[in-house]
Amino acid sequence: MKILTIKFKQYWPLIKSLQTALLLTTGLAGYMSARCPVLNLPTVLALAGSLFLAISGSTVLNMWYDRDIDAKMPRTSKRPLPAGKITSKEALTFGLVISALGVGWALTMDLLYGVVVFAGLFFDVVVYSIWLKRRTAWSIVWGGISGGMPILAGRVLGLGQLDWVGITLSLAVLFWIPTHILTFSMRYHQDYQSAGVPTFPSTYGFQSTRVVIAVSSVIAALAMGVAAYGVGMTWGYLRLMIVLSGGLLVLAISSTVRPSERTNFGLFKYASLYMLSSMLLLFSEGIR
Amino acid sequence: MKKISVLDRILLLITGLLAAYQVAVGCDGLRTMPITSYTISFGVLLVAGLLMIILGFEVLDSPLVVIVSTVIPLSLSLGLVSERLVNFTIPYLVFVVIGFLAIVITRYAIPGKAATIVLAVVHGVAGMTIFLLPIILSLRGDAPGGFALVGVGGALIGVGGLLLSFLKGGKPILSRDTIMTVLPSLLLLMTVAFVAGFAFG
Repeated sequence: MKILTIKFKQYWPLIKSLQTALLLTTGLAGYMSARCPVLNLPTVLALAGSLFLAISGSTVLNMWYDRDIDAKMPRTSKRPLPAGKITSKEALTFGLVISALGVGWALTMDLLYGVVVFAGLFFDVVVYSIWLKRRTAWSIVWGGISGGMPILAGRVLGLGQLDWVGITLSLAVLFWIPTHILTFSMRYHQDYQSAGVPTFPSTYGFQSTRVVIAVSSVIAALAMGVAAYGVGMTWGYLRLMIVLSGGLLVLAISSTVRPSERTNFGLFKYASLYMLSSMLLLFSEGIR
Repeated sequence: MKKISVLDRILLLITGLLAAYQVAVGCDGLRTMPITSYTISFGVLLVAGLLMIILGFEVLDSPLVVIVSTVIPLSLSLGLVSERLVNFTIPYLVFVVIGFLAIVITRYAIPGKAATIVLAVVHGVAGMTIFLLPIILSLRGDAPGGFALVGVGGALIGVGGLLLSFLKGGKPILSRDTIMTVLPSLLLLMTVAFVAGFAFG
């Protein structure tokens, strides 16, 4: 039992629990947005379980592949792999097993749902991490596509098919991701530079990055609004979403016009809160 | 400077949730103008609360605070007038637009005494409208008694506005730390009074 507890403590940081939880929330919100029988507890639990495993699996595989650059950055050097708490073989096995379990479970639930879940994992691990992350700052677009897959997967499972609302929800997440990641890469740009990872701030400069963040925030907010309208969200909830989107836009523009470390940090945190709130609104709309 | 505490964050979170409720549910069934006005006032309150939770009290050092603290009473009073004194909607809307522009222009173009006078006049009219209108309507029987709570909220927002304005003006009534200590509770009480007043009214 003690060994299990120790192992759990070692493995848990590998899945980036907060990030996984946020992506899982988007998947559940996507499912709820389809207004299917949401009180079908076995399906909800299976959705949560399969997504949790697939998202965690892709995160572990990313950590495994990026262990060398993690070791070079002070912020990530204490992660289990660079710190030597877990061997790379252990992490790879763990990542592959839970990824296969997650995708396999998803495929048994619904073929199309399983394909979308697999696409998310593939874009995240193969296209983003292995192929592009060390080559181009534009890799975040592909990371963004994989980030938009859980919400699309949830919607697909609820509806049984792809529709424009699901794709728009996915686009909202895709365009939200630069706001989240670029503010982060500005905060830690020295780390990324020393590890040799190309980022927008190091490639195009801080001011251009801020403009990209502002533009992507506008598009994310618009896409979220259009998708919420497509879901048939009540006028009251739409008003609340407009308010929250307004906050995101004001912060993004403010960070461009009056840049500061504080505004940048505020935007990073607010963007997460914005996504969580939007998902909770979609969630509430589904069970209303 | 006083750092924001966990309790402060909890109080601000409850304030934000109440403001979110008011935006999403609390003004259903009204006409476009009051809904828009209330959405702006409670929306700004919600986002401001979230930013304080994220960034701490240092966010109050932003030059935008004066503008934000003007938008809330102006839009709230416009909502009240357009909901309860329909005939005065257009004149009051004109006052709100001119008042807001005057504050922005004097703040950035001709700061000094003129900016302070404009700020005091515009805030004064909006504050008195929020404070007096619900109480008068309740006393006259034109609105349920509970609607007077909106006036209580108006009094509290006035206190908060005064404390912050004098602080920003360099002549604080209370010390900065004391103001930061009472601000989250004051914002929560104010929002509770508004939400309850609108629910009962």
